[in-house]
Amino acid sequence: MRLDKEESKKYLKEIRRDMPASKHISTVFRAFLTGGIICCIGQGISDIYKNFLLKGAEEDTIAGLTTLTIILITGILTGLGVYDKIGNFGGAGSIVPITGFANSVVSPAIEHKREGVILGLCSNMFTIAGPVIVFGISASVIVGIIYLFV
Amino acid sequence: MNRQTIFFKNPVAITHTAAIGGPKEGEGPVGKYFDYVLSDDLLKQKSHEHAEIEMQLHVVRCLLNKAKLADIDVDCIFAGDLMDEIIGCNFAMRELDVPFMGLYNACATFGESLILGAAMIDGGFFENAVCSTTSHFATAERQYRFPLELGSQRTPLSQWTVTGAAAVLLENGKNTDCPVRITCGTVGKVVDYGVSDANDMGAVMVPAAMNTLIEHFKDTGRSPDYYDLIATGDLGHAGSRVLQKLMAEKGYELKDNYTDCGILIFNREAQNVIQGGSGACCSTLVFSSYIYNKLRNGTIKKVLLVPTGALLSKTSSLQGETIPAIAHAVSVEVVG
Repeated sequence: MRLDKEESKKYLKEIRRDMPASKHISTVFRAFLTGGIICCIGQGISDIYKNFLLKGAEEDTIAGLTTLTIILITGILTGLGVYDKIGNFGGAGSIVPITGFANSVVSPAIEHKREGVILGLCSNMFTIAGPVIVFGISASVIVGIIYLFV
Repeated sequence: MNRQTIFFKNPVAITHTAAIGGPKEGEGPVGKYFDYVLSDDLLKQKSHEHAEIEMQLHVVRCLLNKAKLADIDVDCIFAGDLMDEIIGCNFAMRELDVPFMGLYNACATFGESLILGAAMIDGGFFENAVCSTTSHFATAERQYRFPLELGSQRTPLSQWTVTGAAAVLLENGKNTDCPVRITCGTVGKVVDYGVSDANDMGAVMVPAAMNTLIEHFKDTGRSPDYYDLIATGDLGHAGSRVLQKLMAEKGYELKDNYTDCGILIFNREAQNVIQGGSGACCSTLVFSSYIYNKLRNGTIKKVLLVPTGALLSKTSSLQGETIPAIAHAVSVEVVG
């Protein structure tokens, strides 16, 4: 049994009125807080590299190492089952920084480990992060071509 | 039989039930009625899929132990779960020497199994049958949503898939003096009101529940007040409020005797389940533990159980299909 389009629209409208909506203010605030804290930690790591561990290293090296460190920490936190709780609290605040990307690669890898290394882990590793990589590479190629001619 | 409702000549007895709940379900309001509460939802298996298969096998064994039957004494098992190709039940049945019919109606599978089991017994083909379902939070999340460890937020309309397995033993009413009987069952239709949000299961399943309830009341000539308890499967808090509203508009008022198994199974405030429980085992677990207990001790005498199921797959959702739903109603009464 199906409803026609008009009736269906009416039903959906009716439903929307009664169903609870997202709490925008509190979720935005939590995202701001979480994202801000992650960025502060990143800055802290960068400062440690710059002032203590790798004095006099180039900016690029320090930026790269900071990113790698943050990714490592996220991978470990995901494996320990902590990062999903941070994500549940922070929403987009935990997705937008590089940590969200790392989490989206590590979590399906853990999930599919049981189906074997090649067909399970490797082929499912990028099920969530895959589109980001595709768009990232495509955009960089297009920008590169434009840069070549301009 | 009226158009959709089967009346059983010799109401089929539900003589025993068995219920195994996960750790979170065990902490919930009906946890104290379970036979077993798991301390670990992995059950020492190497994957959650294996754990679900193990749960299904153990709940049938637990039921047979309670009924003092060997597996060869059972005429047939009607069972289903949510995993692709219902492997939860199919694989569990490898270990048992019992004829098996695998069913799938998503979270309405329990309703389907009760009606089929009762019809087969009332028709004289079987003397007894086991009806069972199982579901697992981790396997459902993986199949329908995201990996467990992905840091994502749950939407305000989402529900929490119940981890558990439950089973009931149906017997020919002539062979037992057990007063809890299935008197009739209404087979539902697939209903699609055009909802495509896979996170809004309440809105998807409310029309199916409404359709089946109205057909049931028409076929039987009963009103909602006839029942001490009307329990839908897993519409959740918001969904059941919408059902009450829409039913009232159609002239059938569901009052305090109405509830939803998804509401009963968890403590919404303390357990962070948002809209309540869902899953193939939600209605089965609540019926086999809490509701059956109340029927046996006579606190309630007439129950209408309406398991509701959303018939989507991940592929159908991605291809932009709307979500159809189904609900079956089973009337369980204390007779004599």
